[in-house]
Amino acid sequence: MSTNFLDRIRAFLLAILLSVALAAPALGGPFEEAVAKFANDEFSDTDAAIGAVATSGNPLALAIISALREGRLSADPQSRKVFVTQGDGKVIDAATGAAVDRLPDGAAAVRLNNRLRRTVEAALGGLTLLSPDPAKRIAAAQSVFKSHDASALAVIDGALATETNKRARTAFTEARAAILLYKPDATEAEKLEAVAIVRARGDQEALALLTGLGGDVPPNVARAAASAITSIQGNLAAWSMVQNAWYGLSLGSVLLLAAIGLAITFGVMGVINMAHGEMVMIGAYTTFVVQEIIRTRYPGLFDYSLLIAAPLAFLVAGGIGVLIERGIIRFLYGRPLETLLATWGLSLVLQQAVRTMFGPTNREVGNPSWMSGAFELGQITITYNRLWILCFTLAVFAILLGMLRYTALGLEMRAVTQNRRMAASMGIATSRVDALTFGLGSGIAGIAGVALSQIDNVSPNLGQSYIIDSFMVVVFGGVGNLWGTLVGAFTLGIANKFLEPVAGAVLGKIAILVLIILFIQKRPRGLFALKGRAVEA
Amino acid sequence: MTPHVLTRSLDRSATIFIIVVAGLGVLIPLLNLLLPAGSMFQVPTYLVALFGKYACYAILALAIDLIWGYCGILSLGHGAFFALGGYAMGMYMMRQIGSRGVYGNPVLPDFMVFLNYPGLPWYWYGFDMFWFAALMVVVVPGLLAFCFGWLAFRSRVTGVYLSIITQAMTYALLLAFFRNDFGFGGNNGLTDFKDILGFNVQVDGTRATLFMLSCAALILTFLICRAVVTSKLGKVLIAIRDAESRTRFLGYRVESYKLFVFTLSACMAGVAGALYVPQVGIINPGEFAPGNSIEAVIWVAVGGRGTLVGAALGAVVVNYAKTYFTSGPLAPYWLFMLGALFILVTLLLPKGIIGTFNAWWERRKPEPLSARTEGGDRQGGVAQPKPAE
Amino acid sequence: MPIQFTHDTATLSRRRWLAATAGMVLGLAAFTSAKAQETIKVGVLHSLSGTMAISETTLKDTVLFLIDEQNKKGGVLGKKLEAVVVDPASNWPLFAEKARELITKDKVSVVFGCWTSVSRKSVLPVFKELNSILFYPVQYEGEESERNVFYTGAAPNQQAIPAVDYLMKDEKVTRWVLAGTDYVYPRTTNKILEAYLKSKGVKQEDIMINYTPFGHSDWQTIVADIKKFGSAGKKTAVVSTINGDANVPFYKELGNQGVKATDIPVVAFSVGEEELAGIDTKPLLGHLAAWNYFQSIKDPENEKFIKAWQAYTKNPKRVTNDPMEAHVIGFEMWVKAVEKVKSTDVDKVIDALPGIEAKNLTGGVSKMLPNHHITKPVFIGEIKANGQFDVVWKTPGLVAGDAWSKELEGSRDLIGDWVGKKCGNYNTKTEKCGGQGS
Repeated sequence: MSTNFLDRIRAFLLAILLSVALAAPALGGPFEEAVAKFANDEFSDTDAAIGAVATSGNPLALAIISALREGRLSADPQSRKVFVTQGDGKVIDAATGAAVDRLPDGAAAVRLNNRLRRTVEAALGGLTLLSPDPAKRIAAAQSVFKSHDASALAVIDGALATETNKRARTAFTEARAAILLYKPDATEAEKLEAVAIVRARGDQEALALLTGLGGDVPPNVARAAASAITSIQGNLAAWSMVQNAWYGLSLGSVLLLAAIGLAITFGVMGVINMAHGEMVMIGAYTTFVVQEIIRTRYPGLFDYSLLIAAPLAFLVAGGIGVLIERGIIRFLYGRPLETLLATWGLSLVLQQAVRTMFGPTNREVGNPSWMSGAFELGQITITYNRLWILCFTLAVFAILLGMLRYTALGLEMRAVTQNRRMAASMGIATSRVDALTFGLGSGIAGIAGVALSQIDNVSPNLGQSYIIDSFMVVVFGGVGNLWGTLVGAFTLGIANKFLEPVAGAVLGKIAILVLIILFIQKRPRGLFALKGRAVEA
Repeated sequence: MTPHVLTRSLDRSATIFIIVVAGLGVLIPLLNLLLPAGSMFQVPTYLVALFGKYACYAILALAIDLIWGYCGILSLGHGAFFALGGYAMGMYMMRQIGSRGVYGNPVLPDFMVFLNYPGLPWYWYGFDMFWFAALMVVVVPGLLAFCFGWLAFRSRVTGVYLSIITQAMTYALLLAFFRNDFGFGGNNGLTDFKDILGFNVQVDGTRATLFMLSCAALILTFLICRAVVTSKLGKVLIAIRDAESRTRFLGYRVESYKLFVFTLSACMAGVAGALYVPQVGIINPGEFAPGNSIEAVIWVAVGGRGTLVGAALGAVVVNYAKTYFTSGPLAPYWLFMLGALFILVTLLLPKGIIGTFNAWWERRKPEPLSARTEGGDRQGGVAQPKPAE
Repeated sequence: MPIQFTHDTATLSRRRWLAATAGMVLGLAAFTSAKAQETIKVGVLHSLSGTMAISETTLKDTVLFLIDEQNKKGGVLGKKLEAVVVDPASNWPLFAEKARELITKDKVSVVFGCWTSVSRKSVLPVFKELNSILFYPVQYEGEESERNVFYTGAAPNQQAIPAVDYLMKDEKVTRWVLAGTDYVYPRTTNKILEAYLKSKGVKQEDIMINYTPFGHSDWQTIVADIKKFGSAGKKTAVVSTINGDANVPFYKELGNQGVKATDIPVVAFSVGEEELAGIDTKPLLGHLAAWNYFQSIKDPENEKFIKAWQAYTKNPKRVTNDPMEAHVIGFEMWVKAVEKVKSTDVDKVIDALPGIEAKNLTGGVSKMLPNHHITKPVFIGEIKANGQFDVVWKTPGLVAGDAWSKELEGSRDLIGDWVGKKCGNYNTKTEKCGGQGS
C-alpha cells in the first residue's frame, strides 16, 4: 500500500519535472545542443554528438569525450541534461561546466557500441595529439595511424614541427604517412615516401594499412606497396618462428608447473596420484578465496594477492597432501597400483566437495595489474601473465632442485628414491620422508594452481584437464628425475606449438600422444632413465 | 577349445556363478515378456536394458581382470577396445537405418548428409553386412591391441609406464573420434538405431534377446578366462605377474604370453562393447574417456582382483550403486559415495569383495577349497606385481 | 617392498559387518517402488556432476524454482507438481538410462532436460519409444524436429544469422573468423554461416575456420592467428562457437594480447552471464554475444523473475541467462497445454502444445510452432565491465525457429510440421514425409 502511494508521488513529481524541462527554453548554442543529444539514448545521435563536440573547440570537449569512453558520462532522460562524473567523484554539468551536487536519480551512463567506441578513440586521438604527456601523444598518434583520418593532418603537421620526444616523433611521422597514403589528393612522391615509412614500421598494423590500400593509387605507389607487403610478410614469417618457440616455452612452463609436483610423488614413491589435479584445483580455489577476502576487506592489496596466495596454497594443498598420505596412502605401501584407485576415488570426492562448497560454475580470479596486458618484443607479442608464469615455474624448479640437493630432507628423499630398503636400513625414517614428500608434491601442485588460475577456468574440473598431460610429461621425461621432467615439459610444449599451425590444435595433440607412445617403446623409462637397482625393483 | 577344457576348470564358485548368470539370463526375459505389466513379479523393460548393460560391463571387467589380475598388466585404456567394438556394431546399425534417417538418404547416415559428405568413406564399406561387422567387432580391437602390445611388450614397457601409455592411447583415440572429419559422427557419435538383423531394437522381445545374448556372452567369456587361467598358460601368466624377470630367466618368452593374453582381452572387450551399443542406443567418443577405463579397473578392484567371479560382481555392484545413487534425493552427493566406496574398498577390502570372502571362507574351512582353485582365486591381494620405480 | 598384512586381519570383522550392511542397503533399494501417484511428476534431467555440471546445475535449480512457484499458485489441475531429479553425470549413455528410468519407473508426465546435443541425441530414441515429452532449453544446431521434443532454445536462424547480419550492417565486417570447438553444433553452425556469408558475396579467402578440442586451454597460437588474419586491411570479426569451458582461457588470452572489440569484435553464441561470471570482463568490453534473452533487459516480467529467482536461491548476485528463460517459457507452455486439455496425457499435450503462447521475459509473447520450435526475439549484447550485457541491437519482431536450415543443401526443402502433416521431415518439393527421399 505505502509503496504504491510513494510510487504515485514519485510519478507526479517526475511529471512536473518533465513539464518544466519542456517548458524551459532550449539552451542556445550548437555545443549545448550537441551535448543534449547524448541524452537521446540513440546510437546515431550519440555518434553525431561526438563529432560535434570533438570539433567544437570547446574546452570541455576533452573532458566529455574521455568521460564517455570511461563510462563516466551520464544523461538524465527527463531533464535531458548531461553530466560528467570527474575522476575525484565530483559531478559537473557537461554543457556548462557548472558543478552539480550529485547525479539525478534517473541519470544513466551514456551507452556505447563498438562503432561509437572507435569514433570516440579517433576523436580522442585528435584531441590528445597535443597532450603534454608524451605517452598520451604517442597513443593518440597510434590511433590516428589506425584511423588515418585526414582531418588530423593539420594538427600532426603542427605537432611534428615542435615535437622533441624521439618516439613521439616517429609515431607522428608514421601517423602522417598513414594519412597521406589514404589521402586522395596527396602527390605520388608523398605517397611513395609514406610507403617507405610504413614499410620501415614493419608490423601487422603496417601490413593491414598497406593491404587495405586497394587499387585506386598510382601504379608506382601500388608497386612500392606490393613490395613492402612482401618484405613485411617475409619478416613476419621469420618472427612467427620465434613466436612459436615462445608459445612453446610458455606452454611447456604450464605443463612443467602442473607436472613437477607429480614428478616428486611419483618419482619418490612410485605412486600414481590421480588426485594430483585436484591439488592444483585446491591451489586455484585458495587464490580465489584470498582474492575474495582482499576484494572485500583490503582492496589496496589486490596486486599482491598472488604473492599472498602462493604460500597459502602451498600450505593448504601440502597440508591436505600430508593428511591424504597419513589417512590413506600410508596403508597402501607396497600396493602402488591400488593407490591409483584410492586416489581416483579421492579425486571424485574432492571435486564434488569443491562443487558443493563453491558451486559448479567458474569462479573469477582476477589478474593483478602487473600480470595484465602484453608488450611487444620485435614483432611478437609477449603477454605478461605468460612471462611471469614462465619465470615463476623456473623459480619453483630451481628452489626444488636446491632443496633436493642441499637439504637434509632432500638427501633423505633421494636416498629413498634410489633404494628404499637400504635407506631404511641406514636409519632414515622412510614413512616420515614419504609423508613429507607427498606433502611437498601436493604443495607444489597447489602453487601450480595459483599460476594456472591466471590463465584457465577456476572450476571443479580444473584439475582433470591437466592430469593426463602431467602424466605424459613425467613419463616422457623419466620418472624420478626432475631434469627429465623439465626437458620433457619444454619439449612437449614446443613440439605442440610447432605442430599446431601445421596440423591444427586437435591433430597436433593426437600426434604428440602418438609420438609419446612410440617414444616410450624406444626408451621404456623415459628420456632420463634412472639407473640402478631401483629400476627393476 | 573343446567343452572338456572348458568344464575341467570349474570349481564351486565358478559353477554357482554360471548357474546364477544363466538363471538370470533366462528368468528376467521371461518375467519381462510373459507376465502382464503391473504384476508384482513383472520385470520392467528398463530393468532389462539396465541389467543388459551391467552384463556388458561385467564382460569388460572379466577382460581387464584377465590381464591385470592374472598377468599384472594394468591397462588404463581398455575402454578404448570396448568402444571400438561398440563403434563397429554401431556402424552396422547405422547402415541398417537405410533411408529411414531424417534426410532419407539410402546410403549415407544422417550426420554425413548434413556435413556434406560426397559419399561413404572407404572404412564404412562392408559394415552393411552383419557378418563383416561382427568380425570387425573382434578384429579391430584385437588388431590394435596386437600392434600396441607387440611394440610395448617387446620393448619391455611395464608397470606404470604401460598403464600411462595405454591411457595416452585411449586419450588419443578420444580426441580423434571427437573430430568430425574423422567420419564417425564426432561428439554425437552414432545413434538413432532402428534395427539389428531385422529386429526392431526398441521392441521388448529384442531387448530380452539382447539381454540373453549378453548373459550368454558373459558365461562364455567367463569360461574362456577360466580355461586360460587354469591351464599351464595361466600358471605362466601368474608367474609373470609375480616375478617377470624370473620368469624370463626361466626361459619363457614373456612378451608372447603377454601379447596373447592382452589381445584376447581386447577382443573380449570389443564383444562387450558390441553388445552394449544396441542396448544403450548410442556410442560416442565419451566411451574413450580415460576416466571410464579407470572406472572399469575399479570395478575389478572392488569385486576382487585375480578372481574372475569377483570382477564380474564388482562391475555389477559398482554400476548398481551408480544407478541407485544418481537418482532421488542423494543425487547431488553420489560422487561422495562412489569416491568413498573406492577409498574404503582399497583400504578395508584390499582383496575385493570375493577375495575377502574367499579368505574368510578358507580360514573357516582350511583345507579343501584351496587345493582346487589352483592359485587363481586365492591370490587376489596377496602377491601383487611390484611397482616400477 | 614391505607388505602389510596386519591391518587386514585386525579389521576383518568390521569389514564383514560393512559388507553385509552395504549388501542389505543395496538390496532394499532395489525393491523400493514408486509411490502412488497423487502429484504430477516432472522429470529433471540435468547433469549435476561431471564436465557439464558447470552449466546444467543452474537449469535444474530453475526447474525446481518454477515448480515451486507453480505450486504456490495451486499447482496444475488441482494437483501439486513434484520434481524428480536425477543426475546423468555428463555421461551420455547414462542420460538414456536415466530418461528411461524417469519415464517408466517414476512415470513423469514431462521431462525438462539436456544441454549438449549428444545428450539430446542419446535420449531421443527413449522418448520416442516410450512416448514422453522433453523440453530442450539450449541453442542448438537445428536439423531436427521430433514429435516428442520441444525445442525452446534458439535454432541457428534465431541466433547465428541475425548476429552475422548485425556485424555486416552495423560494423561493416567483411572478413570472418569462424572459431569453434570441434563438435556438431559449431560444425553445423559454421557450415550454415559459411553458406550464408558466401550468398552475401564474401569470398572464400575472407573466411577462416578454426576448430579446437574440448576444454582447449592454450589459445596463444590461435589468438595470434586471428590477429594476423585481421591485419589484412579489412574489418574482421570472430564468430565464436567455442564451448563453455574453453571460453575463459580464450577471453583471457584475447584480453592479454590486446585484441580489442573496437579492432576485432568477437561475437559468441555460447557465452552468457553464467560464463562471464568466471572472468574479469574489463578487458572484454564491447565483445558481443547473441542470445534471445539477457539479464540486463529492462522489462517488468524480467525484473520480477530475477527478483524471485534471487530470493529463491538466497543469493542476491545469482545471474540469469538465456537457457533459463527457455525453461521458463517451456514450463509455462507445458502448464498451459495441460490446463487446456485438462490432462497430462502425453498425446493430448503434444497435440495441444503447438499454438500455445507464453510470455517471454523480454516483453514479448513466444509461440510454439508446428515444428516444435518457438518464436523468439534476437538480441545482440555487448559485454559490459560488470559482467552483464548491454543490448545494442534487436530484431524488430519475433523470429520463428527453423528446424531445418534454409542455407544447407540437404535440408533446404524440409520442414517440420506436427500439426497438419504429422511429420518432422516433410519434403516440400516431393511432398512426401521422409527427408530428401528418392
